[in-house]
Amino acid sequence: MSSTPVISRDVLKLDVERETERIVATIREQVFHQLKRKGAVIGVSGGIDSSVVAYLCARAFGKDRVVVLFTPEADSSPDSLRLGRMLAEALGVRSFLEDISGILKGVRCYERRDAAIRSVVPEYGEGYKSKIVLPNLIDSDRYAVFSIVVQSPTGEMKKVRLSLDAYLGIVAATNCKQRARKVIEYHYADLYQYAVAGTPNRLEYDQGFFVKNGDGSADFKPIAHLYKSQVYQLAAYLGVPEEIQGRPSTTDTYSLEQSQEEFYFAVPLQQMDLCLYGKNHDISNEELAPIVGLEPKQVQRVYAMIDGKRAVARYLRSAPLLVEEIEGL
Amino acid sequence: MPVAETVAQNIREFITANFLYGQERPLKDDDSFLGEGIVDSTGVLQLVSYLEETYGFTVEEEELTPENMDSVGSVTAYVCRKLSATAGGNGGRA
Repeated sequence: MSSTPVISRDVLKLDVERETERIVATIREQVFHQLKRKGAVIGVSGGIDSSVVAYLCARAFGKDRVVVLFTPEADSSPDSLRLGRMLAEALGVRSFLEDISGILKGVRCYERRDAAIRSVVPEYGEGYKSKIVLPNLIDSDRYAVFSIVVQSPTGEMKKVRLSLDAYLGIVAATNCKQRARKVIEYHYADLYQYAVAGTPNRLEYDQGFFVKNGDGSADFKPIAHLYKSQVYQLAAYLGVPEEIQGRPSTTDTYSLEQSQEEFYFAVPLQQMDLCLYGKNHDISNEELAPIVGLEPKQVQRVYAMIDGKRAVARYLRSAPLLVEEIEGL
Repeated sequence: MPVAETVAQNIREFITANFLYGQERPLKDDDSFLGEGIVDSTGVLQLVSYLEETYGFTVEEEELTPENMDSVGSVTAYVCRKLSATAGGNGGRA
């Protein structure tokens, strides 16, 4: 008898009621008993992941023990705040608005980012918008080298490959955004003796799509084991507002709109889900290809990218290293 | 010393100094940079900057392939092709 795994698109289908109960019971135990905190703080972006986490926390701790934060900055889409407010209202939880633009100006985030961009696009300045993008990585064997796309105030677009220094300069500057948000989240966590909920899904957690000590920092991460399509299933079950469920995934970090696919994942998230599942379950690229709607060679490239990103993500997830175990802890 | 040997030695020294951090690891000409975890995607960018600064040509986006960039041997062959093409005046594409 063959032991070849059988895979279909339904492989990621959840028993949503049971999974919700499991997560709710687990995070209640973690927050109240292991962490000894009285509730949860969640930074919400108006996206699906943070919304599902907020709903799960409200179920686990009660809506009176949940605080959601809106932390827009100069480059944020107005939709993020609007949808965040919609979520808080639908859920009936306390919410606070903390514009982090001032913090970011204080640490010269925008100034440093713009200087890095000008090193490759000298005319970049007031009124320009930008984002960084990857090339198409699944149709040929090539490395994931970023380019910057800039839009002039008159609407002209220009794409330039980034030098190492420019790339590192832009990333180091923009990572301040996620770190500033975490400063605010922990302020409220201290204020109310709450724990901070992290909002990565499995794709993000596995592949390192987060900023170390930024959005990667949290006290508990209730959906880090769920594939993106499973997060959508929970959202529908939990009653997350439909407009949030239908919002395309975006990084909301750069002034030009940037999808997660063009910034980090090589294929749309539904396909990425199945590729990660296939990789985790030793499903061959030939077997997975027709299920996911890609060519076997393309699946092979995605598998290679998963390995490459996992290698980089190990540093991002690593706790501080000690020379030896500390007695008594 | 022939050009290819000099280039290979330069590449080996660059990789050893920047990615192996002095580890006593013999770097073979066909060791895969990415496959063996020697260089990550940011490291490829560092390698590209090094090649452009050292040899004075531009690495084109379509040249950022494992065929050109994944081992001491492949980078050496790529650099030699670029230098030869540049000398021949065809615009520097390898």
